[in-house]
Amino acid sequence: MNDSTEVKPMPAVSPVGADQIRAVLDEMAISPASSLTGVLQETQKRLGYLPPYALEQISKRTKIPLSRVYGVVSFYAQFYTEPRGRHTVRCCRGTACHVRGGKQIIQAIEQALGVEDGQPTEDMMFSFETVACLGACALAPVMVVDDTYYGKVEAQQVEKLLKQHVPRPAGAKETA
Amino acid sequence: MESLRSMEAFRAWQEQQRSQLDPNQMVVTICGGTGCIAFGSQVVEKAFRDELAARGLSETVPVKCTGCHGFCEKGPIVVILPQRVFYPNVQIADVPEIIDKTVVAGETIERLLYIDPTSGEQSIYDHEIPFYAKQQRSVFRLNGVLDPIDLGDYVARDGYDALAKALETMSPDEVVDEVLTSGLRGRGGAGFPTGRKWQFARAAEGDQKYLICNADEGDPGAFMDRSLLEGSPHAIIEGMVLAAYAIGATHGLIYVRAEYPLAVRNTEIALGQAREAGLLGENILGTGFGFDIVIHQGAGAFVCGEETALIASLEDKRGMPRPRPPFPAVSGLFGKPTNINNVETLANVPLIIRGGAEAYAAIGTEGSKGTKIFALAGKVNNTGLVEVPMGTTLREIVFDIGGGVPDGRTFKAAQMGGPSGGCLPAEHLDLPIDYDTLQGVGAMMGSGGLIVLDEDTCVVDLARFFTDFVQKESCGKCVPCRIGTKRMLEILTRISAGDGKEADIDRLVELAEMIKDSSLCGLGQTAPNPVLSTIRYFRDEYVAHIVDRRCPAGVCTAITTFVVDADTCKACGLCLKACPTDAIIGGKKKIPASIDQDKCVRCGLCRDACKFDAIGTG
Repeated sequence: MNDSTEVKPMPAVSPVGADQIRAVLDEMAISPASSLTGVLQETQKRLGYLPPYALEQISKRTKIPLSRVYGVVSFYAQFYTEPRGRHTVRCCRGTACHVRGGKQIIQAIEQALGVEDGQPTEDMMFSFETVACLGACALAPVMVVDDTYYGKVEAQQVEKLLKQHVPRPAGAKETA
Repeated sequence: MESLRSMEAFRAWQEQQRSQLDPNQMVVTICGGTGCIAFGSQVVEKAFRDELAARGLSETVPVKCTGCHGFCEKGPIVVILPQRVFYPNVQIADVPEIIDKTVVAGETIERLLYIDPTSGEQSIYDHEIPFYAKQQRSVFRLNGVLDPIDLGDYVARDGYDALAKALETMSPDEVVDEVLTSGLRGRGGAGFPTGRKWQFARAAEGDQKYLICNADEGDPGAFMDRSLLEGSPHAIIEGMVLAAYAIGATHGLIYVRAEYPLAVRNTEIALGQAREAGLLGENILGTGFGFDIVIHQGAGAFVCGEETALIASLEDKRGMPRPRPPFPAVSGLFGKPTNINNVETLANVPLIIRGGAEAYAAIGTEGSKGTKIFALAGKVNNTGLVEVPMGTTLREIVFDIGGGVPDGRTFKAAQMGGPSGGCLPAEHLDLPIDYDTLQGVGAMMGSGGLIVLDEDTCVVDLARFFTDFVQKESCGKCVPCRIGTKRMLEILTRISAGDGKEADIDRLVELAEMIKDSSLCGLGQTAPNPVLSTIRYFRDEYVAHIVDRRCPAGVCTAITTFVVDADTCKACGLCLKACPTDAIIGGKKKIPASIDQDKCVRCGLCRDACKFDAIGTG
């Protein structure tokens, strides 16, 4: 369900420049009356992550000391201070997924991508994170790539499922 | 929609909506909860709309996307009204046939009907299916029939009737008394009497009072609040306005976790509708009472489900709890009197006000009134949301409604209350579930997560899983939780790896009791519960890990030996492909596989790959 007014998160695969950061923050009309958490969430939505320069600017505009801003950013799992991959792979590590073999799926993803929980791949195509619960327990174990849910995943399927999200060069043959 | 500025205007509009409700109208309802969307219900919905339009039936047969039906295992779910023909697991390819056969010709399609996993019986209508038939869906009653973002639909089905009744005929004190008499206890987990909580907030002095709806729902495996907010956001809004009227609050906030985008979207829309209609905002229904609600999203922190941590988060601080007293009712958000209630608790309020406290208290047990929604998941056939009266036994929930344990496995235990709760083994299957009985056996109602475990689940691994979760989520403020849970995790990890020591069990119990006694907030105070509960009921499993260096369930791979049963092995070669260390010999050309134990790293991938159950634990 995509609203045309909804701001789509940008896949910021390379660091964002200061000019762009200032432009985005100017649009948001931040002031000392703004809710810090709300500003951080909106900024991350527009930039894809929270560059350190953006945090400095937010601190200036809200008049909240930078140390407090960093305190809030570092506390919550949803805030990232580094660019993430083009596609976000999430694997649920909730209880229902765990008892249905979720650990093996996490291991399979780490093996397929060559990364650990929280890291982006070197080519910045994917970043991987585990989530405490996605609320889709009937599908356990669950893996989500961007907005696509994969349910009842088996470890052997993981590599193939991930490959489906890699754009193929024009003219390339379909692989199994 | 014109703003309703008087009780008469509301009653007139209510009557109009009710009269438009046609019980004989044929409607195609499709479950639009997040679970079914993940299963692909949106494409099914579009297919219905397209195919009906192609047949010129768009006007006569509406398609309605409703909230979560609760039977998540069977999504995408389609129910054809008015008869309530139930079609589970619907695919796009089925849509034309459903329209031609069921919608147009009134026939049921046998191959699509639901079959009960235990009895093998086929059911045509949803009310025949044991999963639904044995529930008592009061709070959840509208989820399968209502369009969540249609205010008129909600009002036609008695929505906002309780609010009108309260504003017209009851004083705030009388509303508080009604909720007190009903015996409603907080559904977020702690089970504190809601009426008493409201009394404190009502009595507190302050120029401004806040009402907060806690929709953080952090327990892994719990999704009832999500489904309530997605499927009946107006019910929560109504509950909040009633609560605000009762305690004298002017500002309301809904704190929703960020991982629930659909709930946020539907609630935002519902809030806009309620404001437009004069049911929210200044001068509600012309009574002079003013109250409005804003939504705040969480940012990913389990601890923010705790009241004082939630308040800190709303104040733009790190979500860390603080000592109490003072309690939020006296000094909460920005130092003002604040009342925080869980989503399900608030959803119960309109029912109490409309039907009366006595009728409400007639359901449930002596100490726990009303119904509870459980999120049933894990090793169970019917994963989904189950609403039953308090006092229902575990056996009824897991077997009669849940359809029992799949794949011929045996029930080992039910984990209730998430990371704050405990295990109920088979000996407690006939325990009537309520707040007090659960506490008596070392478990907890919690938010309602109920995970079923079978013999392939290792309780030591489960205890370690929960402790790991709590360790990650610990805010770090107090020593007992920050350091205590870390030490517990270290011990459990060692035991899982085959490095347990004799003194470990006693040490775990000692640590656990210390952490329970001295932690600052509910997270730390309940974190040791899974450990204590599994030791209480499954001590021998811990002993096997420590003394025998063996995991009976075959989960802790470091102390599990994988062995191929040569007789069952079909030499298909799948395990060979799966093995990351080339530890499998044979397995092809009619030679059964066998595992070189020196090369085996105990990852278990071969066992997962085998389609013939030929690989087991020695």
